[in-house]
Amino acid sequence: MSVNWSKYSAPQAFYPLAGRLIPWFAVVAVALMGVGLYMGFFVAPTDFQQGESYRIIFVHVPAAWMSMFLYVVMAVWAGIGLGLNARLSFMMAQAIAPTGAMFTFLALLTGAMWGKPTWGAWWVWDARLTSELILLFQYAGVMLLRTSIDDLRRADRSSAVFALVGVVNVPIIYYSVQWWNTLHQGASVSMSTGSKMAATMLMAMLIMTIAFWLYSIAVILARVRCIVVERDSLPVWDERSAVSQEVVEVR
Amino acid sequence: MNRSSMWEAVSGIVKRDLLLAMRRRSDAAMSVFFLVIVASLFPLGVGPEPAVLRTIGPGVLWVAALLACLLSLSRVFTADYVDGALEQMVLVPQPLAVLVAGKVVAHWLISGLPVVLLSPLLGLQFGLSGDALGVLVLSLLLGTPTLSMIGAIGAALVLGVRGSGLLVALLVLPLYVPVLIFGAGAVTSSMAGIGAEANLSLLGACLVLSLFLAPWATAAALRIALE
Repeated sequence: MSVNWSKYSAPQAFYPLAGRLIPWFAVVAVALMGVGLYMGFFVAPTDFQQGESYRIIFVHVPAAWMSMFLYVVMAVWAGIGLGLNARLSFMMAQAIAPTGAMFTFLALLTGAMWGKPTWGAWWVWDARLTSELILLFQYAGVMLLRTSIDDLRRADRSSAVFALVGVVNVPIIYYSVQWWNTLHQGASVSMSTGSKMAATMLMAMLIMTIAFWLYSIAVILARVRCIVVERDSLPVWDERSAVSQEVVEVR
Repeated sequence: MNRSSMWEAVSGIVKRDLLLAMRRRSDAAMSVFFLVIVASLFPLGVGPEPAVLRTIGPGVLWVAALLACLLSLSRVFTADYVDGALEQMVLVPQPLAVLVAGKVVAHWLISGLPVVLLSPLLGLQFGLSGDALGVLVLSLLLGTPTLSMIGAIGAALVLGVRGSGLLVALLVLPLYVPVLIFGAGAVTSSMAGIGAEANLSLLGACLVLSLFLAPWATAAALRIALE
C-alpha cells in the first residue's frame, strides 16, 4: 500500500495532517524534556573541573545544535520553494525562522550564564560566540525582509534567496572552534572520534536534543497551520471557505 | 552566445555606469566624504593618544569603509529600476548574472576604489606606520570588491521595498562581518609582527567565493523583484 505523499504538498491537505501530528510530537517532546532535564540535573555526575555550573550544557549544546540545524532546514525549504515553486515550502521556511531565532537566543543566553562562572565574563568576542550572534542577525534579517515586503509572493522568494545566501555562515560557526584557536572549547561530541564525556552526560544531552527537535516540529507545524489560515483567508472571497474548513477541523 | 558578446555586454554596462557617475560626480564624492568624516570623528571622540589611535585605527578605517560601501549600495540598481532599464537588462540575451557582475564592477570602481586610494592618508591620521599602511591598502583592495559583491545581493533584495535603506543595512552588515574581521585582522597582525599573509589569503578566498556566487544570487533576487 503506498501513500500519495505529494498530496500533502497542498496546504489544504497538509493542514489537517499537521493538526493530527502536533499532539504526538508535543507529548513526546515534553516527556523527553522531563527525562533529559532530570538526568542532566540529578543523575549526571558533577564535573571535576567546572563543578555544578556545567549542567547548563544540557540546554546550551542542544539549543546551539538546533539553531544551526534549523537554519539549514529553513534554507532547504526555501530552496525547494524556489526550485519547485511550492507554496507550502515557503510557509515551512517562514514558520521555522522564529523557532530558530529562539534557539539561537537561548544558546547565547545559556552560554552567557555558563561563561560568567567559568570564564568570568558574560560575553567574550570569541569566534564561535560572534558567529552565533551573526546567525541571530541572519534570522532577524530573514524575518524582517519578509515583513517589509507587502507582496506575499515576492516576500517568500526574496527571503528565501537571503536565507540561502546566509547558509555560508553555518559551516563557519560549526568549525569556528577548530579554525580559530579561541576561548570557546572544542566539541566534546564527535561522529568520528566518539565522545569525551561520561555516558550519562552524553545520554542526557542526546535526549535533550531529540526533545528540542520534536518540540521544534510541533511548534513549527502549529505555526504553519496559522500561516495557512492567515494566507488563505486574505482575499475576501476566500474567507467563508477558510472559516468553514476551520469549523470542520474543530469538529 | 559567444564569449566576445558577453564581454561586450559587461564592458558596455561598466562604461555606461561610469559615464553616469561622471555626469553626477557629487553622488560618488559623497560616500568618500562620508568615509573621511567618520574616520575623523573617532580621534575626536576617543581622544588623541597615539597609542590608542594606532590600536583602533585598522578597525575604525575598515568599519568606515564598510559603512561608505553600504551608503552607496542604493545607487547600484535603484535608478535603473525606476526608469525601467533594469527590465530591459533582464530581457537581453546575455545572462543576467554577467550583466550584474558588470554593474558590481562599476560600483566598486566608483565607490570602492576611491576608498582604497584614500586609505593611506586616513591611516596616517591614525599613526599607522609604512608597513601597516601597505597592508591596509592591500587588504582594502582585496576586501572592498567582496563588499560590493555581497552588497549587490542586498541591494537587489530590497529593490522598491519601503524602508529599504535601513533594511539593506540589516541584511548586509552581518554578511560583511567575516570580511571586516579578516581585513582589520590583516593590518593588526602585521603591526604585531605576525605577518598578514593568513588574513590576506582568507580575504582573497572570500573574494573568489563571492565573485563566483554573488552574481547568481543577485540575478535571482533581481528577477524576483521585477516579476
